[in-house]
Amino acid sequence: MSHAEDQSGDRRDFLYYATAGVGAVTVGAAVWPLVNQMNPSADVQAASQMRVDVGGVAEGTQLTVLFLGKPVFIRRRTADEIAEARAVAISDLVDQDARNPNLGPIEASDENRSMPDYSGENTGEWLVQIGVCTHLGCVPIGDGAGDFGGWFCPCHGSHYDSAGRIRRGPAPENLPIPMASFVDDTTILLG
Amino acid sequence: MSGIPHDHYEPKSNAEKWLHRRLPIVSLMYDTLMIPTPKNLNWMWIWGIVLVFCLVMQIITGIILVMHYTPHVDMAFASVEHIMRNVNGGWAIRYIHQNGASLFFIAVYLHIFRGLYYGSYKAPREITWIIGMLIYLMMMGTAFMGYVLPWGQMSFWGATVITGLFGAIPFVGDAIQTWLLGGPAVDNATLNRFLSLHYLLPFVILGLVIVHVWAFHTTGNNNPTGVEVRRTSRKEADADTLPFWPYFVIKDLFALAVILVAFFAIVGFMPNFLGHPDNYIEANPLATPAHIVPEWYFLPFYAILRAFDTEVWLVILVDFLTAGIVDAKFFGVLAMFGAIIVMALAPWLDTSSVRSGRYRPMFKWWFWIFIVNFFVLMWAGAMPAEGIYPYIALIGSAYWFAYFLVILPLLGVIETPLAQPATIEEDFNAHYGKTGGQGGAASPTPAE
Repeated sequence: MSHAEDQSGDRRDFLYYATAGVGAVTVGAAVWPLVNQMNPSADVQAASQMRVDVGGVAEGTQLTVLFLGKPVFIRRRTADEIAEARAVAISDLVDQDARNPNLGPIEASDENRSMPDYSGENTGEWLVQIGVCTHLGCVPIGDGAGDFGGWFCPCHGSHYDSAGRIRRGPAPENLPIPMASFVDDTTILLG
Repeated sequence: MSGIPHDHYEPKSNAEKWLHRRLPIVSLMYDTLMIPTPKNLNWMWIWGIVLVFCLVMQIITGIILVMHYTPHVDMAFASVEHIMRNVNGGWAIRYIHQNGASLFFIAVYLHIFRGLYYGSYKAPREITWIIGMLIYLMMMGTAFMGYVLPWGQMSFWGATVITGLFGAIPFVGDAIQTWLLGGPAVDNATLNRFLSLHYLLPFVILGLVIVHVWAFHTTGNNNPTGVEVRRTSRKEADADTLPFWPYFVIKDLFALAVILVAFFAIVGFMPNFLGHPDNYIEANPLATPAHIVPEWYFLPFYAILRAFDTEVWLVILVDFLTAGIVDAKFFGVLAMFGAIIVMALAPWLDTSSVRSGRYRPMFKWWFWIFIVNFFVLMWAGAMPAEGIYPYIALIGSAYWFAYFLVILPLLGVIETPLAQPATIEEDFNAHYGKTGGQGGAASPTPAE
């Protein structure tokens, strides 16, 4: 018994630490798969791209598709909506990041949020965003709802403008833009 | 178990002695059932038994429901309707389980408020209180996941909003949310794991209940006076207490019978009164119900969650001080969980040397405002998040935190308590007269 105390800092201490260390690594290695199994499975990860035909979307209407379990709003905006969104000063915005992974971190001007058509020209006509409120994940109501002529989240009262930027309410960020581009005149590739 | 002097089990027959030497289980059950219990307990001391009954009822009806339920997004909603229409007596089992959750929460809130009023959380019962709070948190988790299983609109959107709370955690929130959901959004993986955990947690609660009972059997029950049972002699202990069996068991069972009359009236005649019609619409990821409302028992905390929006100066200040790490969304989440944490810390926040609210004239007022405030928050949580309601929720939330963080610590210093009875016997005799039983102090023999 007392030998262990006599030899502190010795061979026996080393053996204790080594055993405890190996034990901790082994337990960690055994527990990790039990934790990781709850992450998205292979079939969920595989469904990460989708093509959408937007040929039938008239001006002033919105097509909502389900992509990765979340609604994606594809809106063909009217000239009024575009003008309204482009008239807003960046300094008036709650969230000044465009939240557009196609462009990276960049200021939240309407030009940085709307999507270029197949020719590469950005008329502001197409606005594609993930229709999930950045507060707690409800689906905002569209077609000019809310006090800023864009979207309104019924759950906790977040108002988004006609470029999907948060203007008032508890949501902290603009509606996120998905990775998206035109692959021909009327088809959008999501993901 | 208890430090209060009382009778212990003595094995008499050879068979009892044989068993006792190998496994003293009869002794354990005897000591648990015959625990000396303060004889002045009032009707607020019935909720423990009601809660045990609810837990057993929910486990039994739940095991039955799983026999007929299908945890798949395409079939879950239909399988619940199958239970309602096709399974023999399935409608009754499901309505009992569904309303049983409400009875469970009514009982737990009254049980908690009882503890808050009579100071049951104070030394030496802090561990009992903390375990109780853990049970309460697990109940909320279990109830939330159970509500997702019918896969109605409220199920789906409630799950989306509540798992979204974890997404508000800075830096790692998105990864945690994806891990909890098993995908980018609430889907089949979520439904399956929620069923698994909804089945598991009640048994964890059962384990915690045993520890909860063990803890207060060690300290002895609190009572309406907050005065401790005398332990100096067997005679004094007997004058303050009666054995749990049969005196309190019969009283509790009578109360349970009365409560169950009301419960089965609701199950039979208005089973959906406490639910939401939207949950009879199958889950649709493309359309949020106009007004997402959690079940009634979550409403006060839902109100606290929503109260702190970007226009509250405290939120703006914290956002600024943390350089945006704690934004309005995360602040709301912290406030909601913080509301339960401050309640769990009550044993250390309450500075008064007097245990029972009965002898605390100022505390009484603040306590009853706390109770009224609880219902105001419940009401505000059910209202849409616009107009005057967020302000009402904000005031209510402020009072909730002030009660635990300011009022309880201060009252102990500034309040002059009333005189307390010296013993439980004195309090009992003052209420029921000295000749209550046959010849003064009741004997611990079961009445026949």
